[in-house]
Order: sequence, then structure tokens, then C-alpha cells
Amino acid sequence: MPEPDPVVSLENVTVMYGRQAALRDVSTVFPVGAVGLLGPNGAGKSSMIKSLLGLVVPSRGRMRVLGLDVAHQALPIRARVGYMPETDSHIPGMNAVSFVAYCGELAGLPGVDAMQRAHEVLFYVGLGEARYRNVETYSTGMKQRIKLAQALVHDPDLLFLDEPTNGMDPRGRDEMLDLVRDLALVKNVNVIVSSHLLPDIEYTCSHVVVMDKGQIAAHGPIASLKQPRGRVFELRFKIPASVGIAAGEGREGTTFESFVERLRAAGLECHATEEDVMRVFVPGEGGAREIFGIAAAERVQIRHLRPSVPTLEDVFAQAVGEQ
Amino acid sequence: MPIHDQGYRHYGGQRSAPGRRWAVIARAGVRTMFSKKAFIGLLLSSWLPFFVRAVQIYISTTVPQAASLVAVTPDTFKAFLEQQSIWVFFITVYVGSGLIANDRRANALQIYLSKPLTRVEYIFGKLAILMFFILLVTGVPGLVLLLLQIVFTGELTFFRENIHLLPAITLFSMIQALTFSSTMLALSSLSKSSRYVAILYAAVLFMSQAIYGVLRAVTGGTDVAWVSLSANMTQIGSAIFRVPLEYRTPWPVSVTVLAALVAASAVVLEKRVRGVEIVT
Repeated sequence: MPEPDPVVSLENVTVMYGRQAALRDVSTVFPVGAVGLLGPNGAGKSSMIKSLLGLVVPSRGRMRVLGLDVAHQALPIRARVGYMPETDSHIPGMNAVSFVAYCGELAGLPGVDAMQRAHEVLFYVGLGEARYRNVETYSTGMKQRIKLAQALVHDPDLLFLDEPTNGMDPRGRDEMLDLVRDLALVKNVNVIVSSHLLPDIEYTCSHVVVMDKGQIAAHGPIASLKQPRGRVFELRFKIPASVGIAAGEGREGTTFESFVERLRAAGLECHATEEDVMRVFVPGEGGAREIFGIAAAERVQIRHLRPSVPTLEDVFAQAVGEQ
Repeated sequence: MPIHDQGYRHYGGQRSAPGRRWAVIARAGVRTMFSKKAFIGLLLSSWLPFFVRAVQIYISTTVPQAASLVAVTPDTFKAFLEQQSIWVFFITVYVGSGLIANDRRANALQIYLSKPLTRVEYIFGKLAILMFFILLVTGVPGLVLLLLQIVFTGELTFFRENIHLLPAITLFSMIQALTFSSTMLALSSLSKSSRYVAILYAAVLFMSQAIYGVLRAVTGGTDVAWVSLSANMTQIGSAIFRVPLEYRTPWPVSVTVLAALVAASAVVLEKRVRGVEIVT
């Protein structure tokens, strides 16, 4: 069976804000289904979404959304996509149902249909009982839900969700993520979730695009990115005081940093998780023996070594080179 | 099993073609204003001069003895529209100051512009709201007065002799509405506070008049009337209603000044109405 066309594709896209590059020569595709757009703050995730909506014009490159060219068909694209912005956004002076119906009309729905769908989507996002309240009186969690409702009211083929769980309490966050999952898996709406929260992406998406400093750091199905191309260990070690000082041995003493450097020099990737525990990725066929060998050479005591399963966090850390 | 699932359903109905979304914005804006009691009060007050003029027309046509005192001439209609200037000011401030400023405060621009509508449609929709209300206190009562004149006299003689009044009232009201609406809209796009915008608008209007006052005192003539927004409007009104000009500034100069103001407002709006605020 042939692969379905990607819902979004970018070819050599560069976006500049003055002299600052928000996106640098980005080329990637977003397949159908739920795709996570992952990256630290300032990685260029929101800039990419705004470019795809035609709100920011790239200085270079081509973008296609749902098979349409963003540069020439921004309006037809916007008629078929929904956008949930990151920041608090609403139309002032309206209650929830009027606001969502108004957004439906702006998206091209007739007034009666827009009002009917406004009621439906407000119930769907969990604001049914509060739909006659002025949006300005809503809590942060409710504002997140109403932003989702306005993005959904016109039944888009593709949803851009920019940090959908921002500022939500744990229960609200779980409910929001369940909604996103339901939309993607049950309602067959293509979803692009931009977030810096790895668990959110891992729970809702099947694919991920990892961004860092305006560039694509990794992309692909989460399951395949998590496939071990080596082995991951949890490691805790101790440097004895005598080794740390290394007096009279004609060499510098071993420190935490120097040991990590030594591991890295041997081709192992180290990512700190807690104060004294780190995750060590041993590529290829190598295993614990390699770590023990280096530790023995440095006279460092291994206090804890446990094989681990690669997580999206490892993928992310590897992609953005986080320590 | 639920009788009716209130979950999410796909939509299979009609969708309107792009290009008419400004009307949605305009309709919602007008509806919102009509839902405010204070605004209804303001609107009713702005129609009081209309009733006074209606009584004047009635008396002039039914009481021959008073006809010479309250005679209806083309100048009556121009004077009425000029009298409405104060109400135009209040309506402009009340309706217009928050039109874009409130959207900017609530980050609504990114919501608007993520929908299938252009920035021009958004601006046009907002402009239509303010123009509608300005015309509601200028052009509409002006034309109704003309109609009342015909109804009260029961003949078309005055109307035929002054046939230019119909386009004159329409044109002058439109110029007023367009100039004040675009100026206010541009100012509204500069801030997130409608109060600040209201003060700024009043300052622009009164400052231009004050500067004209000073220049007139210095030069001893009215050649510099073009610096005053209201003087330019009066000058254009006189030209349209074919009555003697009040100032020595040629009316084409006044037209140019107001056209430049509208153009400057358009440039400001083009720069300020964006889905993304970029700070570099």
C-alpha cells in the first residue's frame, strides 16, 4: 500500500526576524496522524507553525500544507486547518458560545451551523456547563480548552496545537491530552502538537520532529527513534578521594567532569538525569564491559549500573545534544 | 448508551466562499454595541438634534408666519451635519477606541488571522462597524430630514430646486465617516489600551484646532485652516453643499489633507495589524 501524502512539508525554509534566524534551512515532512513538534523554548516551533499558517513569510524555501502551497494558497489552507495559539487569546466581550460560533462564522460556516457546532465542541472540550460565561472570567485551564474549541469548530483536517497543556493542572492536562489523542486516533483529525514536554508528545503522538536552534535535530516515528542502536545504562559512580587528588602520581586527579569526558572520548553518550545518576548510551554492540573498562582505568568506583530502555527523552537529548 | 452523543462530529454542511468575512466582523461588532445600554443612550441622545430640525421643518411648512424665521435652505442640512460633529466625536471614541486595541490586548489578532480572512478584510470589517454608527448619526438623519421636508410640504419643489442635496448629504457623511473612522482605527492599532486611544484621538483633534488657532492669531488670516481637522471638514462641507467657504484655504487643499490623513492611517494599519508581533 502506498504511503499517504504528508500533511505538511517544508523545503529549505528559512525564517528571519530582523537579523535573527528563527528557522534555518529547515526541510522535513509531517505524515498523517499525530506528530509532535518537540524542542526547547526558542527552538523555532511556534515560528514554524506561524509560517505554515502564512502569518510569517519565510525569506527562503517552500512549504505545503494539505497539498497546498502556503505562499499562494494561504486562505484555502486556513479554511482547512485549526490553530490553537500558545498565548491566551480570545475575542474580548464575548461569552464562550458566542466566541466559538463567531470563529466558526469567520471560518466560513453559516451562522446557524456555527452556533450548533459551537455548542457541540464546547461540550466535547468539557466547557458545556460554562459556555454562557464570559471568556475573560475563565481560569487558565478553561482558556486552554476554549482555544481548542475555537480551533475545532469548523471541523479542520489539520490541527496545530501550540503548547496545549500550558498552565494546566495535572488533571486538566491529562484531560487535554486525552482529547488530543481522541481527535487523532478516533476522529481522524491530523494533529501537530508543539511542546517542550516530552511526556505530552510521547502520549499523544506517533511521530516526532525534534527542533533545536531553528533546525531539525531528528524526525521520524517515535518507536523507531527509540529503537536501540546500542544500549542504554543507568550509571551511578563514585570517585574516591585518593583518586581525586592523585597526589604524587604525575597526573591530574580524576573529577566528575574528566570521567564524563573520558566516557565521551570513548564514543559513549552521557546525559545527566539526577544529581548522581546519569544515562549512558553505548553505541553498537558495546555494553557494560566498556563502561567498567574505562572506570577501572580511571580508578572510579561503579556503584550502580542497570540496563535501561531508551525513552523519548534519550532521543531528544541525543538530538539536541543536551547534557 | 447515550441517546445523543454530544461529542465531536465532522461537519458536512456548506461553507461560504472567502471574501465576505468582513461582514461577519462588522455584524458581530454592531450587535455587540447594540447590546450595551450606555451606548443605546448615547445613540438616542445623538438623535435629539434631528428632532429639533424635524420640528423646524414642520413649523416652516405648516406655519407661514414663522417661515421667514425658520426657513429651510440647503444650509440647514449642512448646519445639521456640522452640529452632529460633537456626536460623531463621542460615537467615534465610544465605538472606535477599542476596536483594534481590545483585540491586541486579548491577543485576538492571531485568532482572526488564523482563519480564512485577510488583514484587509479584518480592517474593512472593523472600519465598517465605526462607519455604520457614524453614518447612523449623520447621513441617515440627514436624509430622513430631506424626506420629512418633502412629506411635510407635500410637494417636490424644494427637492427639485436643490437636487444636489441628496448626493451632498451622502457624500459629506461618507467623507466624515471615512476620515474619522480610519484615523481612529489607526490610533486604536497603536495601543492595547482603549482609554489611551480615546485620549490620543481627542488630543489629535483638539491639538490640530489649537495649532490652527495659534497660527491664525500669528498670521492674522485663515489661510492656514488646513492644519485643523475640523476646519478642513467644514471647508469640504461648504464646497459640497455649494455654500460660501468659511476659510481662505482652498477646498482642494482640505481634500488633499484629509486624503493624506486616510492614507497615513492605512499605512499605520498595514504595519500594525499582523498575526505575529515581531520584536527585533
